[in-house]
This record gives sequence, C-alpha cells and structure tokens, in this order.
Amino acid sequence: MAEKLVIIGAGMASGRMLEHLFEAEPGRYDVTLFGAEPRGNYNRIMLSPVLAGEKRYEDIVTHDADWYAANNVRCRFGQTVTKIDRAAKTVFADGVETPYDRLVIATGSAPFILPIAGRYLPGVRAFRDLDDVEAMVSMADKPDAKAVVIGGGLLGLEAAAALRGRGMEVVVLHLSGHLMERQLDAAAGYLLRRELEGRGIKVHCKAQTKAILGTDRVEAVALDDGTIYPADLVVMAAGIRPETRLATDAGIEINRGIVVDDAMVTSDSDILALGECVEHKGAVYGLVAPLYDMAKVAAKTLTGTEATFKPVQTATQLKVTGVSLYSAGDFAEADDREEIVLRDATAGVYKRVVLKDNRVLGAVLYGDTADGSWFFDLLKRGTDIAPMRDTLIYGQSYGGGASADPLAAVAALPAEAEICGCSGVCKGTIANAITSKGLTSLDDVRAHTKASASCGSCTGLVEKLLMATLGDKYNPAAIQPMCNCTELGHDEVRRLIVAQELKSIPAVMQELGWKTSCGCAKCRPALNYYLVANWPGEYEDDGQSRFINERVHANIQKDGTYSVVPRMFGGLTTANELRAIADVADKFDVPTIKVTGGQRIDLLGIKKEDLPAVWADLNKAGMMSGAAYAKGLRTVKTCVGSDWCRFGTQDSTGLGVRIEKFMWGSWTPAKLKLAVSGCPRNCAEATCKDIGVICVDSGYEIHFGGAAGLDIKGTEVLCHAKTEDEAMEIIAALTQLYREQGRYLERIYKWAKRVGSDSIKVNVVEDLAKRRQLFERFVYSQKFAQVDPWEERVNGRDAHEFAAMADFQMLQAAE
Amino acid sequence: MNDWVDIGCLEDVPRRGARCIKTPLGKIAVFRTADDRVFAIDDQCPHKGGPLSQGIVHGAQVTCPLHNWVFSLETGTAQGADKGAVRTYPLRLHQDRILIDAHSFAAATAA
Repeated sequence: MAEKLVIIGAGMASGRMLEHLFEAEPGRYDVTLFGAEPRGNYNRIMLSPVLAGEKRYEDIVTHDADWYAANNVRCRFGQTVTKIDRAAKTVFADGVETPYDRLVIATGSAPFILPIAGRYLPGVRAFRDLDDVEAMVSMADKPDAKAVVIGGGLLGLEAAAALRGRGMEVVVLHLSGHLMERQLDAAAGYLLRRELEGRGIKVHCKAQTKAILGTDRVEAVALDDGTIYPADLVVMAAGIRPETRLATDAGIEINRGIVVDDAMVTSDSDILALGECVEHKGAVYGLVAPLYDMAKVAAKTLTGTEATFKPVQTATQLKVTGVSLYSAGDFAEADDREEIVLRDATAGVYKRVVLKDNRVLGAVLYGDTADGSWFFDLLKRGTDIAPMRDTLIYGQSYGGGASADPLAAVAALPAEAEICGCSGVCKGTIANAITSKGLTSLDDVRAHTKASASCGSCTGLVEKLLMATLGDKYNPAAIQPMCNCTELGHDEVRRLIVAQELKSIPAVMQELGWKTSCGCAKCRPALNYYLVANWPGEYEDDGQSRFINERVHANIQKDGTYSVVPRMFGGLTTANELRAIADVADKFDVPTIKVTGGQRIDLLGIKKEDLPAVWADLNKAGMMSGAAYAKGLRTVKTCVGSDWCRFGTQDSTGLGVRIEKFMWGSWTPAKLKLAVSGCPRNCAEATCKDIGVICVDSGYEIHFGGAAGLDIKGTEVLCHAKTEDEAMEIIAALTQLYREQGRYLERIYKWAKRVGSDSIKVNVVEDLAKRRQLFERFVYSQKFAQVDPWEERVNGRDAHEFAAMADFQMLQAAE
Repeated sequence: MNDWVDIGCLEDVPRRGARCIKTPLGKIAVFRTADDRVFAIDDQCPHKGGPLSQGIVHGAQVTCPLHNWVFSLETGTAQGADKGAVRTYPLRLHQDRILIDAHSFAAATAA
C-alpha cells in the first residue's frame, strides 16, 4: 500500500515539490493536501498584476482541479490544520484526524502586522492572498477612495502602484530613508521614488506609524511626527514572518523559522518543512527561487534520493509595469570595495556595479535592466572583469564588442547564464529543451523548463532565446489572418496601410497580395474603416464596402424594413422634436415606436423606399441621424446632474451634450457608447459604458472599457480630470488612440485588454504631449466626419439605394 | 421562348452592388460585379428571408445582410457549410442596357 503523505499548505513551494514528486515516482504516495485558502495552488507572485487589473485570477492558477484529480491528490482546501500529533502521527483539521507516514509543513509566512492601535479595524488588509486582493479591488472601485500603504518594500510598492492605477489616492509610508532599501541603494531608491511620485503616489520616508484611526472602520493613519493621512484602506506590507505556530505547538525545533537540515528534514525525521516557514543554516527565505530549490530537494528526500539544499544568490525585479529595476548581490559600500556608476538623468537610467578585487559583488540597475542577467552571471561565476573594466558599466554588448542587437546579446550569453531567476533555469537548459524536445512556443518552454512560468519578468529573454535557437521557425503568437483573402492579420495590414501610404481598398489588395479579386464581406468593411481612420480628408469612403446599415444609415430588421433613430444629444429632446416624431409616425404608418436604452426614440418598421422622406421630415424639425447603426459614436447617456438633482455634483447633462456634439459622426472600430453621471450614484450607468464619466466634487472621473452586452464588465478608471475641458481632451484622445489601434469590430474593452491599460494610460494620461497630438488628430478627422448622412440623402445622394430599378408587378394584369 | 425586356442601364447599378426589380413573384435582385458582369437572383435568402440585394458583393458572390450566408451569383447556391439555393434569372447585356427574360418570372405565375 502507498505511504501516506500529508502536506500542510498548498502554496507555491509545496506545489512545485508535488510536481517533482509525481514526475519522479507517480504512485509512491497517497497524498492529502491541506490549504487554508479555499482554493488550490496559484502563482502568488502574480497577485500584483491581478491587483493592477492586468491579469485575472484564472491566469495565475498553476494547478487546477483537473491536475489534482489526475494525480490523485486528496484536496482539503479551506481547512485549517490546528494540531499535529507526532506520537500518533496524525494531523487534525476541523476535528477530523488524518494519519500520515510522512508530513510536510509548508505553511509559508504570515504578514507582519504592526502592533499599533487600530490594526484590527475593518479596512486594514495585508497583501498576501487572493482574498486580500479582492477586498482591495472592491475598495478601489469606490470613487475618491484613499489608500495608505505601510511599507515601501517590494510588496508594498507593487500594491501602491496597482491601487494608484485603479484610481485611488495612495500614500506610501516607509520606515527607512529610501524605498526598497534591502534591494536598492539610495540613488536608485530616489529614481524609483521620483517615478512613483510622477504617477501621483505620495511617498513618505522615515515614517513612524503611530496608530490607525477610526471608529467602525479605518479612517486615517497617524504618524509620530503628527502627520495624519486619511484612509479608506490601509495595506500592511511591513514584512513577513515565517508561519511556525503549528510546528511550535508540536514541539518541533524552531528558531526564527522551522529549523531544517540540508535535506529539508526537521528535528522530527518523519516531518519535512519547506518554503517561507523554514530556517536553513540561520537564514530564512522570501523570494521564490530558493523556495523552488527547496522543493526540488524535498521531493528527492521523499523519494529516498540524497539531495542538498544550497542557497544561491538571488536577484530581484520589481513588478510594476513601466518601472525597470534590477538588483543582485551585495552593494553596500565598504573600504575594500570599488564601484562603477553610470547616470543618465534625462533617460532616467542609473547603473551601479560594486566590485571587490576585480570581481562583481553586486549590481543595481534602474531604467535599463537589459544587462541584469549578464551582471548577475559575472557575479555568480566570479569572473575576473579586469580586461573589460573600462566598458563594464556599458553592459555586455559594448564590452563584448557585439552589436547592440538584443538578440545577439542573448545569443552571446554563456550556456550557464541564468535566464529565469525564479526557477533557476539557465540558458543551456532552455536551449537544450528547445532543440531536443522540439519546443516552438513560450508555453512549451514554460511547460518543459518552468522558465518564465513564475514572475514572468524573463519572458522577453526566453522569447529571444526561442528566436535565437529556432531562427525563422519561431513564430511568436501565430497571427490570425483577417480573413481567407489574406495571410496578414489586422495589425500588420494596418501598419502597412500607414507605412506604404495605401489610400484605397484596391491599393491595399494589390500591394499586400490579396488572394481574392475584391475581398469578402469580412475584410472589406475592415479595410474601409482603417482607410477612413488613417486618411481623413483623403480617403473616399467606399459605401459598397460597408454593411447595409452604414450604407443606408438605418438599421435593417428581420423583415427587411428599417428602423430610424434620430439623435437626441445627451438624451435631451423638446416638444417640437417629439411632435415631429409623432407626425412622422402617423404619416408613414410606423408600426412600433420604442424608447431605446441610449435615451432616444426608435421608429421601427419603416420601408426602405420611405427612408429619405422620413429623414426629410425629421431634418426639418432639426434632427439628424443618431447613427444607431454605426461602428462609431452612438450615444452619450446622461442624468440630470446639478441642474435638477439634489445629489448632482456637476452639470452632467451639459457635459454629455457637449461631448456628443463634439464627437458625433466619428467612426470607430466598433460601436462606442458613452455616459456621464452627475454623481457616484451613477444613474446614467457610466461604469458599464465604453467610456464613462462620473462627476465628483473635485471634477470628473474618467472611466473606460466597460461592457454590458455579450460580456459584462465594469469599467476601469482611466484618470481624474479637474475641468470639463480637460475631460473632453482626455476622452477625445482615448477615442483617437482606440481608433488608431483597435481592430475592426473590437470593442474598447477588448482592445484595452489586448494592448494593456498601462500603455493606454501612458498615451492618454501620463504623456501630455502625446495626449495633445491624439486630441488634435481626432479634431482634424472630425472636420470631415460631421456631415449628417440623412441630409445628404434627402438631397439626392445614393438615390439608387431607395428606389426599385424597374417595376413589373403589373405585368400580368397588363397582358 | 424568351421575352427580353429592358430594366435599365448598367450604370444604374453600382459596381459591387445591386438594385431590385419588382415582379409579381416578389423582388428580384440585379447585381453588378466589380468587372461589370450582371446577375439576377431572388431577393430572398432561403435561410430567414433576408434581402440579398442589401448584402456586400464580392467577386461573383453576395453575403446576406441578416446572417452572413454567402451565395454564388452565378449558380444561386449557398457557399461553404450552409445548404440552400436561390433561383437565378437569365440576364443579357446589350451594349449598356440590361435585359431580363420576363418570361422567366411571368410564366411562373401564369403556370
């Protein structure tokens, strides 16, 4: 019968250990896995991107129910082990006894909660597991919410950046004189601080937190120096300590952590421990690389193979999108050490390498971290750098005389160079796996070598390695062609339209080698949109490449009749307009009149030949097409705002009307619906729109990327604008960026997911010059777009569309 | 026996587009391709009755505006995985005039 293996803790270390164990001896143990969280193993390092909204929980699950089932793991998730009885060799959870032959303690660490008043108030969270992330996200969703992050280390800063990205006001309190003092020197700490402050995060160093204030929930944080920061959320990120309570109670030897030997065995030979809860030769570990090494050793010990845990030096990277920061080794100053520093203030680059006897002891890189693994490799190998000392700081490509081509730089790395710090995978291992196992994709490499499978910061290196090893055979993210008429994807086509200045559909098809003579119903409307969007004023719209609704400016219905929706700016109408609509309904026997979700009126069941006459009557009353059929600006929904509503903070109706008057007529990749709510009660439902505005006392909170159709998705906050003008500029710039980058029929939320909201924020929020350029391109394109298509047709354009060519209905009667 | 009647000139139909003629049988869609060939088929998709004249014309094919079925203008048969067909009507191009065989639809009702 299989031996009984019980594991306490379903985190990254035990998860990796199980992988090794099942690989080596699949059926050897009958495994029971306890986890305090009500879920299986996920990549805890990636909680920061989840908090930032860049990834979803599903993206970071490492072992799903199928994996546990396939390996016959008895999962006891959500059950906390309360006692280990070493004499009886059982553990207790929820009053149930589970016997073991071998026990593995992998309880990880617990966040260090400062022993100050108010620490248990609701609204005080650690940043440790998914529940913390979910709680923080729901807090960040509230308008004007404020967060105080205690601790300016790796975890605290990742939390701060993510919360700021979600629109919270964020203050970071840090005890030491500069941020991340364990990984960074003061200069790099300063650059990091400047970057974070540029994003609107307040950083308070040398901050002694005195108390957390609040009655029913957290309201503020008080410092020793008398400063008080208001807070709706306090994140405790002041450090972690090994979670040793179970082991202590069981009488296992404890120091700072659970003491283990080189084979990961505790003072009880039947009990192993690994991960953040252990202490090995006086050291405890918090980064993932050594934990994975422990997992390897523990798995070997469990299968009776001799193995020794040898701690290696580790490098650190901060996972804040847009910040490049790398540190490794020891970089403290000392008399017998020398340092080489390179600063480029304009480019925001700082590099410092610490040397002793011509060998690299440590390196700190900020702004440009491309050479991180190279320095780290020199450090670990103890390479004598004397011959390249003069150019060392400029990095590998300079010193080695190789070109600055990053691919060449990766190709030049020695086989032992470490690529993935988390899993300790070196270049040779990956390259061998690629050739011997025929790997062709990033996912393959992750599955076979574990490289790039944890924090993902080496993904670029792994991709370059794939390119260098496979050459042309490497086809990153095989591109989905636009349609069967071409091999090219939407993005390439668009890029080539710009690069080769292609200004007509026949030109695109000719130059890009279309396989059909005149395209198909998929590619033609897409090409027409790309050309309209890229060449305003130059490209002549091709009506025959538009879907019927956009060709005849009404919505085709199932019976071949059309529906007509006049524009009502901001959902406002007048008695005159309503009278005209009523008259049209009478005159043309309109069978159904319906109020739409976009705050206007739909006349359904109109015969195609009647359309121009209907439009003529509506035009006369001052109404124009509502573009209810368009892949373009549809509606701007509003509430009554400060004009009428007792809660309204701004003139939401006025702003909505202004936006709609400014933006009507614009074509976008897919339909674009907006809304403006006058207060956070959000009666205009702005938080499920493509772009939404929530008015607040201090101005306008701009949201984007919502959906309430096939998919349901709340918006995310783009930024805060102080004035209507600023809000208008941001909304137009955002729309223009979407117009330029969105694939045809790709709604704004899908585009945002594809390109990443950070890149959008950089262009629309952070870089004011770029925002202005986008805005100006939008304004320019509107010059040609704001023509009422109904009026054109009332005046005779495309008359052939609305009349039969010949009528033979009377043929029989006449004969 | 044919009964060729004039329904209009080539220029009345936009390239890569269609116009309708009304007949006792219902509408017939007259198509003109990018290379100036003309075709006539029933203006009713066999799937859900969509007006094929309103579809996007590509090559000698049209895509129905309601649910994207694609039909050959030459044979009237649905392309790809969809099964079905629409009736085709003989057309002639005499210089720039389009002629349809009125017999093809008049006879059908008379019979």
